Amino acid sequence: MAGLTLPTGEVAFYEKAIRKARRKKKIYKYGIVAGTIICAIFAVLFLLPIILTITNSFMSSSEISANYGAVFQTTETGGKVFISKTVNLKFIPDIVTFDQYYTVLFKSPEYLLKFWNSMIYVVPILTVQLLIAMLASYGFARYKGKVREIIFFLYIIMMLMPYQVTLVPNYLVTSWLGILDTRWAIWLPGFFSPFAVYLLTKFIRRIPSEVMEAASIDGASEWQIFTQICAPLCKSGLISIAILVFIDYWNMVEQPLILLNNDELHPLSVFLSKINTGEISLAFAVAVIYLVPPLLIFLYGEEYLIEGISYQGGLKG
Amino acid sequence: MDKIKKIPEKVSGLSEKLNRYLRRNAAGQTNEHKPRPVKKNRNTKKTIRETLVSWAFLLPSLMGVLTFFVLPFCVVVFYSVVNNPIQKEFVGFSNFVRVFTNNAFKQAAYNTFMFSIIAVPLAVGLSLFLAVVMESGIPFKSQFRSFFLSPMMVPIASIVLIWQVLFHFNGIVNVVGMYFGGPKIDWLKSDKAQIVIVVLFLWKNLGYNMILFMAALSSVPKDLIEVARLESATDSQIFWTIKMRYLSSTILFVTIMSLINSFKVFREIYLMTGDYPYKTLYMMQHFMNNTFASVDYQKLSASAIIMALVIVILMLIMFNTENRYGKDIEG
Repeated sequence: MAGLTLPTGEVAFYEKAIRKARRKKKIYKYGIVAGTIICAIFAVLFLLPIILTITNSFMSSSEISANYGAVFQTTETGGKVFISKTVNLKFIPDIVTFDQYYTVLFKSPEYLLKFWNSMIYVVPILTVQLLIAMLASYGFARYKGKVREIIFFLYIIMMLMPYQVTLVPNYLVTSWLGILDTRWAIWLPGFFSPFAVYLLTKFIRRIPSEVMEAASIDGASEWQIFTQICAPLCKSGLISIAILVFIDYWNMVEQPLILLNNDELHPLSVFLSKINTGEISLAFAVAVIYLVPPLLIFLYGEEYLIEGISYQGGLKG
Repeated sequence: MDKIKKIPEKVSGLSEKLNRYLRRNAAGQTNEHKPRPVKKNRNTKKTIRETLVSWAFLLPSLMGVLTFFVLPFCVVVFYSVVNNPIQKEFVGFSNFVRVFTNNAFKQAAYNTFMFSIIAVPLAVGLSLFLAVVMESGIPFKSQFRSFFLSPMMVPIASIVLIWQVLFHFNGIVNVVGMYFGGPKIDWLKSDKAQIVIVVLFLWKNLGYNMILFMAALSSVPKDLIEVARLESATDSQIFWTIKMRYLSSTILFVTIMSLINSFKVFREIYLMTGDYPYKTLYMMQHFMNNTFASVDYQKLSASAIIMALVIVILMLIMFNTENRYGKDIEG
């Protein structure tokens, strides 16, 4: 092998190629650094509002008025405390205090009541909607038929419709049933929302049909296949969809505004906007309390959520 | 037990077919034509059972959807062409004309349209950019992913407080802006109000979109990219001609989801500015709420139908574009 020599022209060619590759590697390295910096900047921007909300909830009410008085103080309550001309953005409170939480939790029951309202809407909707959707999506995905295809297409269209469209029929039905202004007005349309059906059907269709066929040949009944094969295989899909549904209803604003005239029944999401200007110091604590359930769910189900979202892409799949 | 019965049935069906075939051949017919595709016999016990089973599973959802969405929507269609729900006199399109000439509707439709047309492409483009950066092999990928996804979990009501602090007349953005010589503006009560909402919308939705794109990017066949590299394709060529084609169905999905979410932005606006926002923030949902308050069913129905039609048309356009662009790629 020692005798092998390359023509000079070729040596130059390879040297050039190596140099080029090295340069490319260097550029790639810079690219990684730049990418990390971009992501870091975005991450800070994304997290900042959340962190601020949480830290501010530990401030005393006088500190909050001093910092944000310029924003929230109106003429009728002004003048009692020192108010700075502009806003001081503070990350760390001067004195960490749980006063706000104490007031919210033990002294002013209306917040807890509204929090309870939110819970009482979300939990039944989540359970029943997922149950019904799971059944329906099994029906859509397991066997195929022309009529069912058309109906599924209808479900997609319904899923895409914004509240501006669906609330009108919802309002009509709830008023006919005489359940306007009751919790049922929120519950019933929520139970049958087609959103989860669509996503779950896509999820079940990814399960190879041989799995279910095999169970069927082994003598499993349709119900057994559904509960013991299909449902466990959909676990991550179910959890991720549950999280999405949870956030959607935890955040709901449109439905209560139209279907519930009675303020007592409003969830915390609507109620929070009304206290924003009044008891500003409490608002941060309430905001954090409101943030805790979704945050816990996120921490528990993040992996499932990411996996579930990843499966969603591709509308036709 | 059922299954055992079924097998001979299937076999007998087959043998019958075979018999027919033999008879035909015996009668001297040449079998030159292509073998006919075996027609699925719709009346076998198995298919009937399958149909029944799947309808049984569908039933609860179907009944609910029919009572709460489909049937009332038919009534909505009916209401949109009568003069009022009691007299029920057919008036043709006059309700639609009434809606179209309504200034509040025009304003709301224009604002909603403008918001979507700004926010949706930004949400798609930026999240795709972030996904590409994230997939380029940067460190701390999973941490960044959690950070980007966390705004999605935060209830809007919890975060509007800070948003108000940021964008108020005396807020932080103005403080910082003035430091750099910018003008002092009351963001939410100016023509720039929509910018604030777009930022909030992006903040909330980028993470979700990014996850979708990341999944799609990692599903592009590696060997295809390697071949392209060997053929000395540049990175941008690889991205635009290979990855983009594989991404096309995800882009469609993300666009549709962003569009749906852009119609929900009323929540943010309502929680920040209440019932009567600045005029560029007056969205479709505000219009609907006011119409609900005045109990004008015909107007409500007509505007709901207009909205539904617009959405359906938009979807058709998007589906067709995607079909044309990504048709040679399965999945």
